[in-house]
Amino acid sequence: MKFNVWRQRFWQFIASKPSSISIMSSIVAILGGLLVGFLVMLVIDPSRALIGLSTILTGFLRQGGRSLGNTVYYSAPLILTGVSVAFAFRTGLFNIGATGQLTVGAFAAVYTGIHWTFLGPIHWVVSVLMAMLAGALWGSIPGILKAYRNVNEVVASIMLNYIGMYLVILMIKTFIYNRELARALAPASSAMLPRLSQFIVTHRSSLNAGIFVALLVVVLTHIILNKTTFGYELKSVGFNRDAARYAGMNEKRNIILAMTISGGIAGMAGAVMYLIPGRFIAIDATLMSEGFTGIAISLLGLSSPLGVLFAGLFYGALEMGGFFLQITTNFVPQIIEIIIAVIIYFSAFALFFQKGLARWLAKRTSSEVDLPEGSELL
Amino acid sequence: MSDFLNLLYFLVPLIIASMVPLAIVALGGLFSESTGVINIALEGIMIMGAFVGIVIMRLLVLNENVTLGLQWIAALGLFVGAVFGALYAALHAFAAVNMKSNQIISATALNLFAPALSVFVARFYFGTSNLNLGGNYLIRSVPFLSTIPVLGRLFFTNVFLSTYVGVGIFTVAIVILFKTRLGLRMRSCGENPHAADALGINIYKIRYIGVLISGALAGMGGVIFVLSFATRFSGTVSGFGFLALAVMIFGQWNPKKILIAALFFATIRVVSSAYAGIPILQDLSVPVEIYQMLPYLATLVVLAFASKNSRAPKAIGEPFDQGKR
Repeated sequence: MKFNVWRQRFWQFIASKPSSISIMSSIVAILGGLLVGFLVMLVIDPSRALIGLSTILTGFLRQGGRSLGNTVYYSAPLILTGVSVAFAFRTGLFNIGATGQLTVGAFAAVYTGIHWTFLGPIHWVVSVLMAMLAGALWGSIPGILKAYRNVNEVVASIMLNYIGMYLVILMIKTFIYNRELARALAPASSAMLPRLSQFIVTHRSSLNAGIFVALLVVVLTHIILNKTTFGYELKSVGFNRDAARYAGMNEKRNIILAMTISGGIAGMAGAVMYLIPGRFIAIDATLMSEGFTGIAISLLGLSSPLGVLFAGLFYGALEMGGFFLQITTNFVPQIIEIIIAVIIYFSAFALFFQKGLARWLAKRTSSEVDLPEGSELL
Repeated sequence: MSDFLNLLYFLVPLIIASMVPLAIVALGGLFSESTGVINIALEGIMIMGAFVGIVIMRLLVLNENVTLGLQWIAALGLFVGAVFGALYAALHAFAAVNMKSNQIISATALNLFAPALSVFVARFYFGTSNLNLGGNYLIRSVPFLSTIPVLGRLFFTNVFLSTYVGVGIFTVAIVILFKTRLGLRMRSCGENPHAADALGINIYKIRYIGVLISGALAGMGGVIFVLSFATRFSGTVSGFGFLALAVMIFGQWNPKKILIAALFFATIRVVSSAYAGIPILQDLSVPVEIYQMLPYLATLVVLAFASKNSRAPKAIGEPFDQGKR
């Protein structure tokens, strides 16, 4: 009897938290993604599927501090693109253009990193800020088109992804081209993100200051969205554009600002990805996938900066697992992308899951256990 | 004059090769969107169709016991691509219609899943993500027709079977959309699903049909793309699905205009890859990237100036909820 009471109280506690149902639906999506990934491995090579799954899940611990540090290192740009998508999403805008903003941001960062060597110790900071400006500029275009010409921001962003990609290839070829290796030149060493190898826990990992950029953005966006009038306006426009206008908010200005800020954050992700020794912007005409990954992370993180932080770290851990997958099994890391794609697909069912979970919770908290009066005393 | 004719002989087959898959896939987008379901998953569906189609063709070509002619194998590949494109698109239909999900999200998932799966499976089974097609499917010359002066050389030499199949499919699809009861019902679902529902049309069924046809066309378009441009398939159609989306929007959801848009974009595409062979353009020395971004830029401009009175289906992107008015 006592067990039942505690169980019921637990579910009542869960049900009393408004965000718990959404968090549970995120977890259902993750489990669904892992299950499909496991099934794919099972179909392809039944004997190694279980090892594969456990490698994916525990890979980030495999080398202790080193792989842990690398996990965080992988996560940093993904957290940034995730926050970028989430920020726009809270204003009711779907920023599928993080990829393009990231690309122009990467170019701005690398260009600044190569040419503005007079900056000394603040060189890398200015490079990140230039990336932010470039990304913000690129993000403002769909915002302006949406606000003044009622252009669907999804379609405009898709077009701008490709325009940005070709523009960056052209500008690399014009300004910072390494002709022999067909890629961009390397930024000066003062522009590289400082390594965090002095920490004993993460030593020998590639962890760098990029994670601080990401953390700063998470904290700032959290404050903007939850503690300021501006953030309240943004969310109001997201809930109901017409109501927000009726309440006296300038919904056009808010849409443009939301897209600009979102673009700026994605731009910084570009800096965090390429201000690293040994990484060069390639000039092949493929979109950078990190922008699309940001959509997944934003969905998993329930479009809140703090949620995105955890979702980004989770994704970093999966990527780390995918890296080790090739060593323990003969599966290729694309299984991680498969899992992520399935997680996105299931996140699209959020509404359906949430309804189902709410019904399920209601059952747990009321009808299932019919307690006699005074049973708490038992 | 003969210079000009030679230029035409050089360019027209290339333009047609680009135009056919663009038009087919854009038409696929139209079928889905005309019933009210946004389909930005065209890229992913193309990859899925192309992957399965190419794998089947490769197996048949490399198998000694199969004595099927190359063109029959190509036809089979197109068919398989269409079937798997439709099956794959069914996932999108399920999310959009039954689950009432955000259609952008489920389409994004489809776009990510297809390349990952095709690379994963190909690398496991074939040891490489670069699948060789195993043969050359070019038709050197069509009997009789290729002897027609000028036209014969333009349209009936060095062509692909997929080009003719594509032209046929395009015609049939337009007839279905505009001359049949089904087509009328589809379009009414996209414009005003509640009115259509009140008239007894099953919105869910019609939307499923729209998305499945869309998937079949995109899947077939994927196979056509690989057949016409590549000798191998490596889990990508190089953004062609998004270009087709641009064609559909540039064509303002109207098949005739889609055809013109496809011709325009195909020409730009060919110019961007073959401008070295065109004397006038060579003198201009415009960077190739400018040509490459032109289709997207043009679409953006059209969007900016046409969105206020857009011809897009009215109920596009909205899940159908019978209780809502």
